[in-house]
This record gives sequence, C-alpha cells and structure tokens, in this order.
Amino acid sequence: MREMIRRFGPGLGGFFLALVALWIIGMVLAPNLMMLNFSLKPNLFPADIGGPKDVYTVSNYTALFGDSVHRSIFLKTVWGSALVMLATLAITYPLAFWMAKVASLRGARAMLTLLIIPFWINEVLRTLAWFIILSFNGPLNAFLLGLGLIDAPVRWQGDFGVLAGMVYAYILFMLFPIYNSISTLETAQLEAAKNLGASGLRIHWRIVIPHAKAGIATGCVFTFMLAAGSYVAPALLGSPGSRWFTEIIYNWFFEGGNWNRGAAYALILLVLCMAVVMVTLKLFRVNLADVAK
Amino acid sequence: MSKPRPVTPLDRLSRALPKLLFAAYLTLFLAYLFLPLVIMSAATFNTSKFPTVTPWLGTTLGWFQELWNDAAMWKALWLSLGIGLAVVAFALPVGTAAALFLTSLNARARGIFYAVMVSPLLTPGVAIGIATLILWRQAGIAGGTFLIVLAQATFITAYVMLMVVARLQRFDRTQEEAALGLGASKGLIFRRILLPFLKPALIAAGFIAFLQSFENYNTTLFVRGTDTPLTVYIATKVRTGLTPAVNALALILIALTLVTALVMELNRRRKEG
Repeated sequence: MREMIRRFGPGLGGFFLALVALWIIGMVLAPNLMMLNFSLKPNLFPADIGGPKDVYTVSNYTALFGDSVHRSIFLKTVWGSALVMLATLAITYPLAFWMAKVASLRGARAMLTLLIIPFWINEVLRTLAWFIILSFNGPLNAFLLGLGLIDAPVRWQGDFGVLAGMVYAYILFMLFPIYNSISTLETAQLEAAKNLGASGLRIHWRIVIPHAKAGIATGCVFTFMLAAGSYVAPALLGSPGSRWFTEIIYNWFFEGGNWNRGAAYALILLVLCMAVVMVTLKLFRVNLADVAK
Repeated sequence: MSKPRPVTPLDRLSRALPKLLFAAYLTLFLAYLFLPLVIMSAATFNTSKFPTVTPWLGTTLGWFQELWNDAAMWKALWLSLGIGLAVVAFALPVGTAAALFLTSLNARARGIFYAVMVSPLLTPGVAIGIATLILWRQAGIAGGTFLIVLAQATFITAYVMLMVVARLQRFDRTQEEAALGLGASKGLIFRRILLPFLKPALIAAGFIAFLQSFENYNTTLFVRGTDTPLTVYIATKVRTGLTPAVNALALILIALTLVTALVMELNRRRKEG
C-alpha cells in the first residue's frame, strides 16, 4: 500500500488503490458475502423482512438433500462434469503430446492456429452447431440411417447430447494447458529413457505425465468447472429428463421465485467447484499460480 | 547369433501401424472440431426452414436478407458491442491497477491477494451473476445493462490483471529510478515509461476482455433483467423459433473470428521475425 503511494505519488497511487478496492471489495467480496447472507435467510414477504420470522437458518441448504429430484440432479451434474473432464483428457492427451514433441515446428504451429479458431467461437454458437447435428431430422441421424447403422432416427437430445456438447465446447481448455506444459519438457529426456530401454507407455507414465502435471491439473480444473457451471449445453441439447444443476438454480430465481434458496444452491455449486480446485491442486501438488497462467 | 529374419510385409505394417492409427486419430479429431461448424455454416444456404443440410431443399441467400431485416438482432448486436466496450473501459484500468498493486506487495500478502483476485476465474459464471444480482437488489437496482457490465467485469478484470502481471515481470525498475533521479514527476514516469512498456499487454488484454464480454452467456443470463444481448438473443431463438437466419449470423461471426485470428497470428509472426 505505502509502496503504491511511494511509487506513483498520492494522486495516482491513491487512484489505483481505490480502483483495486472497488473491484476486490465491491465486486468480489461484498456480492459473495451478501449471497451467503441471503442464502441463510428464509424466503419472506417484504413486509416480514426484519421481523420475527427473519432469522438465520440452514434450511435452504438442507432442502437440496431433502429433495430427491434435486439431489439426483446435483449428483448427476457432479458425475457428468467428471465424465466430461475425463473424456477431454483422454481425447486431447495424445494430440498435445504430438504437437509438443513429435510434430515439426511448422506442423505444430499450423495445428495451433487451426485449433485456436474454434476456441474463439462463441460457446452458444458451438452449442447451436451440435443442436443442428443432433436434431431428430438432422445430419447425424441421416448419416447413420444412410449407412444402415440404425433403422429409425434416434433422439440424441438428453443426457448424451448435453455431454457431447460439453466435451466439444470445453475440449480446448484441456488441450492448451497440457500442450503448454509438455512443450517445456526436454526432448533429450525422452531420448535418454528410450535408449535405456523404457517402453512408450512407461515413458509417458514416468516422465511426460509427471512433467505435465501442472497442465493436466489446470485442464481438469477448468473443464470440470465449466461443465458443472454450464447452462447453454443443458438448455439447448438437453431434454426435460436431463436437467442440469444450473437449470435448477435458474428456476429458483426466475420461475420459482425463491431467491434465497437459489442463492444457497448457487453457493453449493461454488463450493463444489472450489473443492474440486483444491483437491486437484493437492493431488497434483500444484499451486494456484501455475493454474492461473 | 541368429541371422536376422527378413523383413516381411507384416513387419512393415506393424511398424507403420502406430503412425496410421495416429493419422486416423488426427483426422477424426479435426473432423470432430470443424465438421459441426461447417455443417452449421452450410445450413445457412439451404432453403429448409429448419436449419439443416439433410435434406438439401435448394440453395438460397435469402436467410442473410432475413437476418438483415431482423430489428431485434440489430438491437442485440448494438447492446453487446456497447457492453463489451464498457467492460473494456472498466477492466483495463482496474486490472492494471490490481497488477501494479500485486507486484508492490511482499510474498505473503501477495499470495493472499492473488488468490482473491483470481477467484472470480475459478467461480462458476452463474454464481458471479447471482451474487451481483443479489447485492444490487439491496440498493434497489434490478437486472439490466448496468449489472451485466458489472458482473462481467468482475471476472474479466482478473484476466487483464494476469496479462499485465505477466508483462510486469519483465519490467526493469531501474528505468523509473533513473527518471526520478533526473527530476521527472511520478505521473510523468508512469505515462512515459511504464504505460508505453505495458502497451502491448494492454492491447492484447483489451481485445481478450472485449471478446470475453461479447461471448458471455452464463453470467449475463442472471443479471440481464429484460435486456437481450446477442448471446441471449441467439439462445432464445434456438428455443423459440430457429431459422437459418441465426446460422447466417453464426457464419458472419465465424468469418469475423477467422479474419481476426489470422490477423493476430500474422502480427505475432511478424513480431517474432
């Protein structure tokens, strides 16, 4: 603080400090604390606020576990997000390794440019693309019918559609961190291991994966978080039977009219994501600064 | 020592197999990445009222016309552009100030503030929207453009902060000391030394910030009130009456993305020489 004033003078330094305070206090801390406070209060009529019924309670949190439908949707969201994370990891790891260590510099660079394009395209549009492909009379069913693999069109929308759309939307959040961390590995290490007779699998298990753990952890954290907090894919690619936890939260706010419970559910989602971040970092022994790179 | 076996075609195949498999994997991956976008774009030119490429009912450019005549689309587009600019105008100075603040701290304090500052990036977008909505309701301000800008800026500022911190790590503080020794004021030093040094990072960060804002859906959804930015417009269309006019919009946005990606890439290569 004093250093800021010393470096930039009281005017400019004070202005910078005010901006930082506005952001951290006004936009990060205060909203979250208010949300926490809100989630611990019952849903009251405006007239009752401040009255005898206005007491702290954890009922908004316990409601989730008491309601079997909501509980199963919550668990499905956790499980589905983990599935998205694992699928993207399995699909992208070979490519990341190839780009970082096998391909020529030109090849890797061309690939990178090619991959950045879908990365920049709006998530809503990427999901729309899958909406079209998976639609009942859409290209996927037409293709499979044409090949004779299916006899009648399949309804893809639902759990399958949601997961497929998410894998598609978030796959590059897994690829890029892994690619970045593998590219810092000395190729000589791989050659040494090979010359000493290590098998391909062993080289990956003992050298590449340990070296790339920060990238893998980053990719896992982001894909899980994005999937768990996703709203577009479930809304566009789901069916009434495949609701996602974010949709339940949305309903509390804009259809159920119980903001307090919605706030509690949102906090549960937030805590879930934070817990996944913490556990992943611990598991991979990586610190936060490596992830935010 | 036994004599080496002659190389059979089978050996050749088993040696080539990993390469073949990898080539197949690469092809499939690229197809997976790009076919959906190609199909979505191609559907723009099909006369079919529902966007698809199967069956192909006839080729038309009519959906561009319909998109052009859609007043709601224009309104949503202008709103998104305005929100994007407002977010950039907020996130650039605040993110820069945060980065300077962070680098002025000792290691312990830096760790704590760093965690608080990057936490919006590790928070689900819906939670940021909800927290903003709840806080401002206490002040009697309901969802709308103002809250969209605030909620988006909450996490976009963190991106700016990270990019500026990365650039600051290569800054040589002795330049500032030299200028101070020569009698320059602190404001002048900031304007003439630090700011020019940060300029490339600020341009890149401004660009990323705008894009993040323009593409945002999750956070926006909760704080939008009755305002409809472009992403919300598209998602609503999908559910209430999707026609290939939306594909025309997607095609235009993809084309713009392609051009920007190419320009950025060429620019980067030119700089690297």
